[in-house]
Amino acid sequence: MSLLRVERMSKEFGGVHAVEGLDFAIEPGAVFSIIGPNGAGKTTLINLLTGVYKPSAGRILFAGRDLTGRAPYEFAAAGMARTFQNLQVFFNMTALENVMVGRHLHERCSLAAAMLRFPSLARAERACREYAVGLMEFVGLGEHVGARADSLSYGALKRLEIARALAAEPKLLLLDEPAAGLNQTETQGIDALVTQLAARGVTVVLVEHNMRLVMGVSHEILVLDYGKKLAQGDAATVGNDPRVIEAYLGAGVA
Amino acid sequence: MSRTAPGFAQPAAHRIRGPAALALCIALLPLAFANNYYYEVAVLVGLNAITCVGLNLLVGYAGQISLGHAGFFGLGAYGSAILTARYGWPPLGALVAVTPGVAALAYLIGRPILRLKGHYLAMATLGMGVIISIVIATEDRWTGGPDGMSVPPLSVFGFTLQGERAWYWVVGGCLLLAVWLALNLIESPVGRALRALHGSEVGAEVAGIDSARAKLMVFVVSAVYASAAGSLAAHYSGFITPSKVTFFHSIELVTMVVFGGMASVFGAVAGAAVLTMLPQFLTLFKEYETVVFGAVMMGTMIFMPRGLVPSLATLFADRGPSKVPP
Repeated sequence: MSLLRVERMSKEFGGVHAVEGLDFAIEPGAVFSIIGPNGAGKTTLINLLTGVYKPSAGRILFAGRDLTGRAPYEFAAAGMARTFQNLQVFFNMTALENVMVGRHLHERCSLAAAMLRFPSLARAERACREYAVGLMEFVGLGEHVGARADSLSYGALKRLEIARALAAEPKLLLLDEPAAGLNQTETQGIDALVTQLAARGVTVVLVEHNMRLVMGVSHEILVLDYGKKLAQGDAATVGNDPRVIEAYLGAGVA
Repeated sequence: MSRTAPGFAQPAAHRIRGPAALALCIALLPLAFANNYYYEVAVLVGLNAITCVGLNLLVGYAGQISLGHAGFFGLGAYGSAILTARYGWPPLGALVAVTPGVAALAYLIGRPILRLKGHYLAMATLGMGVIISIVIATEDRWTGGPDGMSVPPLSVFGFTLQGERAWYWVVGGCLLLAVWLALNLIESPVGRALRALHGSEVGAEVAGIDSARAKLMVFVVSAVYASAAGSLAAHYSGFITPSKVTFFHSIELVTMVVFGGMASVFGAVAGAAVLTMLPQFLTLFKEYETVVFGAVMMGTMIFMPRGLVPSLATLFADRGPSKVPP
């Protein structure tokens, strides 16, 4: 059974169709990439898939549940985690605390337990801290464990968001342009990280402009153009599709 | 190695160190007190500080605003006053009944208005405070109206609390408790959720935080702090008037939080202390008192935009290892 299924989904912004009549499904364990020219609706689609936007029409089924119209935290509770193209880091906290916030769904505690600091909470907090430290080391931020989030470089913040998303132990991880704005060395680092995640069997939705990364790790690629599906398939199918080449390079080349 | 955030290196240690320093302050201050007047001012500081520590959870940590918290202070004060003076309830019983009552009311008011953001939330809470203040000033059958009403002293199991010195220790203890509870909250998953939604609401939501629920919860907690301080204040002064329930008092409370330092528990305490004591010193300036008060406020905000405690903490942190708790 598919992990995520999207049926006839559309999103309008004041008459503009940002996403129109999309249908697709994502299988567990797959790396599913979304590509397309600028303005194709990729980020809108990620926002729809995580509940940040509500679709104007259509349905989203995730892990067997209909989540259409639910709030983002309900998508998260169902097992989704994401990063943002334009970072949404908590700059008022430390880097480690950012990752610990990612554990929120696993660290629920009552107000009374929090204010009176029950011993069980103190233990859970230590475990949460250790888990978060482990994740920071995994994404390559081991030396920034004690740092404030606002003292980190842009590249480190991109990794921090990935660590925060992983902290939720999601069924589906959505990465919105994880390498955007990074230099070549940093991009290679993110490539390696995404490849590593894919190898671990994490189900990933990847929005990315870096074709080398996309072609290398994707099991399936969805090509968007003007909010509509232009093509879908594995790297070879999509790479040889004349419509895709035309959309990227312009008419006449293909 | 990146710069280490002040106070974050050993959270367990500073959760003890901060309150310990405050306890020491409270214990040693009376050595400098020449007469009862000092105790009186100190009690006022303590009561304002309790309200501000609660308000700071909402304003400084969760990034919301309330321009109506004097209303909750007033509800606590008048709730206790009416139950004890008019119905002969024991003061402790009244406190135990009024506080959850105010919490319930804050929940009902907060549910619709905390959907609002920024200026709109400020307007809604302002309206709430004004309505509470009007109700208290006009329902003179219950509240004595603008003339106020007298309140019996606080008595617990037959022991009556009287005199500034006794009150000093009780309010000091309550402030310590208020600070300890707030620090625990901030360093818990609940507190992290609050700070996260201040940092990025959408970031918090996709991490699984129900932001509406979190905001409502901290609004209720802050209302409970204000209400409890109000109840204590009513019994302490023995006579209450609607002057402490006005819009101006709400502004005063927010000013204390911002002045002392947002997102700093001890900042809220320091802000309450400075802004409660300042007018007492400024009487030296006679008719220029308000001008000097305004100048001090403006100067602080220009040179210490993050507020007293965080600005000073950074100053000292740059000179050596940080010892200042959040």
